[in-house]
Order: sequence, then structure tokens, then C-alpha cells
Amino acid sequence: MSTEAFAPDRPYRLSPSVALRPEPFGALVYDFTTRKLSFLKTRLLVDVVHALEEAPDAHAALRSAEVPDGQHGQYLDALAGLASAGTIEVRGD
Amino acid sequence: MSENHTVTTAEADIEEDLLVEEVSIDGMCGVY
Amino acid sequence: MKLVEHFQHGLDAPICLTWELTYACNLSCVHCLSSSGRRDPRELSTAECKAVIDDLQRLQVFYINIGGGEPTIRSDFWEIVEYAVDHQVGVKFSTNGVRITPERARWLAESDYVDVQLSLDGATPEVNDPVRGDGSFDTTMTAMRNLREAGFTGFKISVVMTRHNIGQLDEFKRIADEFDAQLRITRLRPSGRGADTWDELHPLPEQQLELYDWLVAHGEDVLTGDSFFHLNALGSTPLPGLNLCGAGRVVCLIDPIGDVYACPFAIHDEFLAGNVRDEGGFTSVWRESELFNRLREPQTGGACSSCSAFDTCQGGCMAAKFFTGLPLDGPDPECVKGNGQRALELVGAGAPKPTPDKDHSRPGKKKQSGVPVAIGWGPPEPERLPDRACDTSPLAGMPSPKEMR
Ligand code: SF4
Ligand code: SF4
Repeated sequence: MSTEAFAPDRPYRLSPSVALRPEPFGALVYDFTTRKLSFLKTRLLVDVVHALEEAPDAHAALRSAEVPDGQHGQYLDALAGLASAGTIEVRGD
Repeated sequence: MSENHTVTTAEADIEEDLLVEEVSIDGMCGVY
Repeated sequence: MKLVEHFQHGLDAPICLTWELTYACNLSCVHCLSSSGRRDPRELSTAECKAVIDDLQRLQVFYINIGGGEPTIRSDFWEIVEYAVDHQVGVKFSTNGVRITPERARWLAESDYVDVQLSLDGATPEVNDPVRGDGSFDTTMTAMRNLREAGFTGFKISVVMTRHNIGQLDEFKRIADEFDAQLRITRLRPSGRGADTWDELHPLPEQQLELYDWLVAHGEDVLTGDSFFHLNALGSTPLPGLNLCGAGRVVCLIDPIGDVYACPFAIHDEFLAGNVRDEGGFTSVWRESELFNRLREPQTGGACSSCSAFDTCQGGCMAAKFFTGLPLDGPDPECVKGNGQRALELVGAGAPKPTPDKDHSRPGKKKQSGVPVAIGWGPPEPERLPDRACDTSPLAGMPSPKEMR
């Protein structure tokens, strides 16, 4: 589990122990290591999480997933939560 | 462990607005 | 939208799938939800089990509960478990401990993604054995010691709450702590052989409050399968959990012969959605069965919708209502406002209640009660039920032409 605070100007990715399962409203997140189950409750958030993989930083991921400007704060909060839960992690490349 | 509805996003007090919700893996009726 | 609301429409695949691998069992617990005892000759073969796992892997069902019967007495049990975890399907299996030898405990301690749940229904043999059978307390304790000696921590100790063991809650917690295990307590349902013993075993009204208070105080350290949501009407602190009947929406059961039911506590033709041997396998049953699609439609609260506790209680458990002969959209038989009790008295006076129709009990250990004949079932006649069970109206119970279902 990451102890570092979430930093939106850094690159992130889905943690290797985590799998996403698409659902009509978003996705189910399963962490094979912690056996924790959570849900991404919008498809847009699922897009953002997928976009992280390619994006130079979290801000860019929001833009490439076309998150409306007014919702950036909310989505960054969600990513911060995912980072502290270990669902996403800093990509060291 | 039997927590769910755990608020994963920071400071989100309105449940409707949560983008992420955690669920207990034991949180549904399985075997006894 | 709240997660529960999403769940009500069902998911693309279940999140809580129970798979009973065999109806064979060395014990014959009086409340067995699957009336287990004898092996069913139509049991899925090893190859068929593996095909089911392949299907679950494709569906991304990451975690399953295996039960029975006593699953470990299948000779291919460990092979099936290994196959599952090798295919990204984690396993928690439920056992009475009969095959948890020191050697097996060491094997389990070494494997990731395999979790063990031991059933214990009394904190002492005096309370446990009358329910689970002579010597069963010792069997389970031996298994637990083997796990502890192998260094397996965090296994589950699962207790079905009855009127005889509610007073032992602290004792169960102490046992769990002693073994570095996790206590899991769940609700007794009138399913399987439990239909015959529910009347004598289910907690008394004052014990419901004792249980609720204990849960409010210890909720964080104990697992419950979120099965006590019908107790939410007792106080202002909702118990942690989804407060939702997940049957056919997020929950289902695959039985030993491949039949798929809406919920492990609903083994009855009424809740049979299909079979994994059918064309399209489990995936088609989950996604296309007419029953499951019906369960995913908005449900009406019926007689409960005017109750102040409806939000968190939701009318309780479908299986509990069904097997006690109550209408599915009315109050739970253990409704803490007493509406279930009133409804039950009316059922007792009239319509036959459904009987579990899949009995695998061993001969001679069969039914405890003397009324084995079921003549189909139907909901209690509408005019015999209070028109608004949730309101204690002086007119409740008076003849009314209003249809309840
Ligand atoms: S029918 Fe009862 S046991 Fe089954 S999922 Fe619903 S509430 Fe749980
Ligand atoms: S009347 Fe229905 S909703 Fe209200 S407490 Fe009883 S079972 Fe629950």
C-alpha cells in the first residue's frame, strides 16, 4: 500500500495485483492481494483509470478521458482515494 | 472488515457523489 | 446513485457466488441449508467443475465460496481448488474440519488465495453438538489447532446464530481471538433442514435486540455476510453493510449437480434459474435466465413499503419469507416490529407453506418433524393477511379485498 501522498503531476498505473471488471455503470475493482472489493461508479472514472497507463501524469489522464473541467476536482479526489487504497500506484518509468 | 460504503474519496460527504465505493467481500449472503 | 441501487439491477457477473461441490456430508446438522447427507449421483465431474471455473474466469468472478455438504470429502476437492486459484478464481471454502489434517493445514498455509471457514455453532460441545452432531465440536477444534500450528492466521470461524448460542457471543469472539482467526456470525434461515428446526432454533425477539446491540458494539471486528439487515429497524445505527437482498442480482448458488439458484438459501424449484450443463453454461444462466431478470426488476415493498425502517430493512430475507409461507413482498418472519409474527400466525391457520424440495438427507437422519408431505405451495390467501403489515392499524388483519401480491 502506498504511503506517499497522491501527486497529480506524476504518472500512475493500475497496480499489478488489481483487476478491473466492466459493469454497466462502471467497473468492479478486485485486489488479489488484499482481497478487497470496490466499485468505480462511473464509466468516465473507468476511462480515466485506463488513461493513466499512457498519460504522463494524472492531469493529462483526466484530459484524455475528457473529464469536464468542472469535475476535475472530484475525479482527482477519487484518484487520490484509489492511490491510498493501493488500487493505482506511481509508475516508475 | 464488514465495512462497506467506506468513503474512499476524500471528504465526500454526499453519498450520491462518491465515485468509488468499497464493499466487504463477505458482504453478501453466501454459505453459512 | 448509491451502489445498492446499481446492484438492484444486477451485475454482469455475480460478486458473491457460492458453489456447493457435493451433497455428501459426514455430518447431518439439523439446520443444514442444503439438506445434505448423501452424494447425488448426478454430481458434476472433475472435468465439468473445471469447465465451470473456466467460465468464471472469463466472467472475472475473482472469488467464490465453496461449500456443500462437506466439500473436502470429494476426492478431487484439492485438485479443483488448485485449478481455481491457478485461473484467477480465489477460493474460500467452508468445512466442518474433518479433512484439515496437520499436513493439509500446512499446505493451506502456503497457498495464497485459499481461505478456510470452519463451522462452529456453539462455543462449547454442549451447545454445538446437538446442532452439528456428536463429536463435531472436537473435530472443528482439532482442525483449528492444526491451522494455528501451521501458521495459518485469519481463517474464519462461522457461527449460525440460534437462540442457544446468542448468549455465547463473547465466548465465540474469545475463541476467534485465541486462534488469531476471524469471527463470522450469520443469520439462521429456514432453508433445507432448517425449515424443520427453525421454529425451535431461531432467536427469540429479546435475543434479536441482544444480537443487534452486540453487533453495534463489535461490528467492526466481526463478519456477518451482512445477513442481519432485518435487525436495522431496532435502532438508529444501521448495521454496516449493503442492506440488500442480493439474490439473483449479485448473489447466486451453483449446486453439486450444476443447478443455479438465486441464493444458497433458496434451494427450491421456485428459485432455480438453470443449469451449468445447459448450452451457454453458467454465463447464459446468469445473464439470460428469466428468473434472474425478474429479480433484477424493481421490486415493490408491498406491505413493508410504509414502514419507517424499510430503507435499511427492505422487508428482510426472501428465502426466510418463502420457506415460512409468507408473501415475498411482505415483512420478514423475524420482522423486529412483530409484523412477521402476526403474518406467521395467519399462515399457521391456513395455507400450506412450501417445503424444501431437494432433500439429500441420509435415511434415518431425515426429517425431525412429522409433516413431510408438501402439496405445492401458494402465497397465503390475501384476505388472511393484514392489509398494511407495517402499520399496527386496528384494522390490520381484517378481511380486505386488496391483493397483496
Ligand atoms: S434471499 Fe435471504 S439469504 Fe438469499 S440473498 Fe436474499 S436476503 Fe440473502
Ligand atoms: S415491516 Fe417490513 S420493513 Fe418494517 S421492520 Fe418489518 S420487515 Fe422490516
